[in-house]
Amino acid sequence: MNLTLRVWRQAGPDAPGRFETYRATDVSPDSSFLEMLDAVNEELIGDNEEPIEFMHDCREGICGTCGMMINGQAHGPRAETATCQLHMRSFSDGDEIVLEPWRAAGFPIVKDLVVDRAAFDRIIEAGGYITVDTGSAPDANLIPIEKDAADLAMDAAACIGCGACVAACPNGAAQLFTSAKMQQLNLLPQGQPERYQRAESMVEVMEEHFGSCTNMGECEAACPKGISIDFIAMMNKDYRKAKFKNRRTA
Amino acid sequence: MATSTSQPASTKRTPFLVELYRSALGKKYVMAITGIVGLGYVFAHMVGNLKLYQSPEDFNRYAEFLRELLYPIAPQSAVLNILRLVLILALVGHVVAAYQLTIMNRRARPESYRGKRDYVVADFAARTMRWTGVIVLLFLVYHLADLTWGWANPAAAGATPYEKVIASFSVPAVAAFYLVANLALGVHLYHGFWSLFQSMGWTNRRFNAWRRSLAIAFTVVVVGGNLSFPIAVQVGLIS
Repeated sequence: MNLTLRVWRQAGPDAPGRFETYRATDVSPDSSFLEMLDAVNEELIGDNEEPIEFMHDCREGICGTCGMMINGQAHGPRAETATCQLHMRSFSDGDEIVLEPWRAAGFPIVKDLVVDRAAFDRIIEAGGYITVDTGSAPDANLIPIEKDAADLAMDAAACIGCGACVAACPNGAAQLFTSAKMQQLNLLPQGQPERYQRAESMVEVMEEHFGSCTNMGECEAACPKGISIDFIAMMNKDYRKAKFKNRRTA
Repeated sequence: MATSTSQPASTKRTPFLVELYRSALGKKYVMAITGIVGLGYVFAHMVGNLKLYQSPEDFNRYAEFLRELLYPIAPQSAVLNILRLVLILALVGHVVAAYQLTIMNRRARPESYRGKRDYVVADFAARTMRWTGVIVLLFLVYHLADLTWGWANPAAAGATPYEKVIASFSVPAVAAFYLVANLALGVHLYHGFWSLFQSMGWTNRRFNAWRRSLAIAFTVVVVGGNLSFPIAVQVGLIS
């Protein structure tokens, strides 16, 4: 299949960007989206042009590194699919495909389709952890956990931190990421000691970088792991409770 | 070895409501709670106005009754004015929080996508909340001028509430404006009623599926009732 790509090219964080048009020829429908971009880059390099910079790492949908807006949708047209797991059979011969980086104040563009997602690390630093005794490993299954809670926490823990939720959100909000990273701990016994401190800190750091939620649900639809916006409601509740408890002293 | 932790100089915190409001999540709570006040109001308002279909006397008596709520325990109009104050505060809170959140969201996405966005689930209602809200707000000003203060009302001075309603809705342009504004209200309620459960943190997987149906039912009842009044006057069902 032959495709026309309109790709956002931007030399650096402060450089002006623009769309450039490229042709992808003889693309196998079985190749992945990133393999298609690799082939386009090979040609660009052969022509002594700058290859298109894009984010990628594991290419098996678990690391959360890849991601771009493909035809106005985060990670492209397939539900619950990261860009690396998207295959060219999702497109038709002759299609024009528009590629843009995630756009959000919290995700400044580094180059072309690459953005800096360090703001997510700031949110994790604020409370996306638990405190445990180090030393010898504890016995397995020492702490009984209700099955439903474990399952729900596991659903939240599926978050790979790719940033599609922020990219898809019309408000550039990071509610889905933050709530998933918070609730994977708050739903479990191990997360209880820091539960409310975590809720306050993570939300407040999130709000320094990102927008606010208007409950449109675009994040849930864009999430390659299908994480539910129910976690956002749980986060709202924990945050309210944390404020009522009014325990933080500094 | 003994260790000591340094104590913070002051452990006094700002009142929790102030602190809550400082956050965007807190402002969303304000949006939701003031929204619930508004939902209660539009429902009661619609039910009260159904008395248009009973008789002019019933409608006018209802209007009078609102001034005599809890009278003589409370002075004449006292309860009505307290309710008005609650509604004004809720409206101001709703609008101010919406404004502040909008500013925040604009800042969070300073550069919009250059290509066309392809929304998957964000519906028309969710994406137009700001605009339907503004339409309802403008309508509200006219509505008060028309039927509460009366200076925009075509009826002669000293007209009864019923006569004022009929006089107003008999003008096709006014009736059309009421229809448009109520459709905007409907779109606003459709998303707002559903949205408030999320903002309030009310999630329960057994009931979550009902939230949308509930929002639709509420919207249909309230907006259906409201739309029927100007239509009924225009087609001559009530006069």
